[in-house]
Amino acid sequence: MSEHADTNAPLDGNSAAGLLHELFAVDLTSANVTCVGCGTVAEIGRERAYGGAMGVVLRCVHCEAVVLRMVRTPAGCWLEMLGARNLFVPAVEG
Amino acid sequence: MPATEAVAAPRRLEWLTATVTDVIVETPRVKSLVQDVPRWPGHRPGQHVDVRLTGEDGYQAQRSYSIASAPEAAHLTLTVERIEEGEVSPYLAGEVRPGDQFELRGPIGGYFVWTVAAQGPLFLIAGGSGIVPLMAMLRHRAAASVAVPARLIYSSRTFGDIIYRDELDRLMARRDGLEIVHTLTRSQPAGWSGGMRRIDREMVASAGFPSSQRPRTFICGPTQLVEYAASTLQELGHEASLIKTERFGPTGGVG
Ligand SMILES: Cc1cc2nc3c(=O)[nH]c(=O)nc-3n(C[C@H](O)[C@H](O)[C@H](O)COP(=O)(O)OP(=O)(O)OC[C@H]3O[C@@H](n4cnc5c(N)ncnc54)[C@H](O)[C@@H]3O)c2cc1C
Repeated sequence: MSEHADTNAPLDGNSAAGLLHELFAVDLTSANVTCVGCGTVAEIGRERAYGGAMGVVLRCVHCEAVVLRMVRTPAGCWLEMLGARNLFVPAVEG
Repeated sequence: MPATEAVAAPRRLEWLTATVTDVIVETPRVKSLVQDVPRWPGHRPGQHVDVRLTGEDGYQAQRSYSIASAPEAAHLTLTVERIEEGEVSPYLAGEVRPGDQFELRGPIGGYFVWTVAAQGPLFLIAGGSGIVPLMAMLRHRAAASVAVPARLIYSSRTFGDIIYRDELDRLMARRDGLEIVHTLTRSQPAGWSGGMRRIDREMVASAGFPSSQRPRTFICGPTQLVEYAASTLQELGHEASLIKTERFGPTGGVG
């Protein structure tokens, strides 16, 4: 995703696929995440993505609560998922 | 990979070196970069890559670009629209020549993906360069020779701004269940029979599939167009879970 993305206009969680792949060996964009705040279940790719190449904040597509925060720094990578009750990684075809 | 695999095979994502083998001028502002990427693992239609450019001083800039080519194609192709004042796109859509190299990683983003195995009907809505990942789906559909009913509504500024215009005409001429409606928002050539306004509710309702057919829907392009089309479809009774969106960023006035 782009470093200059306007922080007021989110992209889709799918745009954070590359960044998430730096920590996760499987594709997270098609994984379902359950929002702690409202219980909505949605694919990571469907959530609202604020941020850029160095970090992303994913907000629930329904209630806008933060479900995942990830920041990459030269020193390392920071992941916070307090807003995610669980993550379901489905089997994929093909 | 067999369908019985528990989850997607874990894969480390690494930066690969792409060598440009051909540059295709699509429109005055858009170019396709055909590339040779050693160790490319293959992709599914709709996925994207991250491109990383490194300056002589070590400064790096990274952007996402959708894959335009079908998985069946011999080469990986990206299609980039030049955004004035942009950091990365003026280079990719302007200065790159055959033989030039840059880094990319992918394929990524398994969410915004359609393969013939997912069946249809397939409903695509694009604005400007938002056609790119949807073109990968249409190219894949043609390569697989599967007559899944498919419809595309494609919004461009002018006739000359329609990306892949000739190829889209050829795909429709196959008469294999694909219908394409173009709309031109800025100006139209004499005798133009397509749409002459931004994508709206009436256009989506008449050119799309009824919600009862539960089309797999993919909407891609400038943020504003994507949000308008997605909310309009939901008002028309389409299930949110069947609508997938890919926002490319600010409108920039496209579509
Ligand atoms: C998942 C994903 C896939 C993408 N696929 C493609 C693709 O296949 N082809 C393609 O051409 N682009 C694609 N994009 C957009 C691309 O990533 C860049 O945002 C775009 O090329 C602009 O980058 P830049 O460095 O030139 O401009 P920047 O330096 O990032 O921005 C310069 C100015 O242009 C504005 N701007 C940024 N992006 C856009 C935009 N998309 N439209 C209009 N104005 C913009 C910014 O707000 C800023 O004011 C994709 C984006 C995402 C998230």
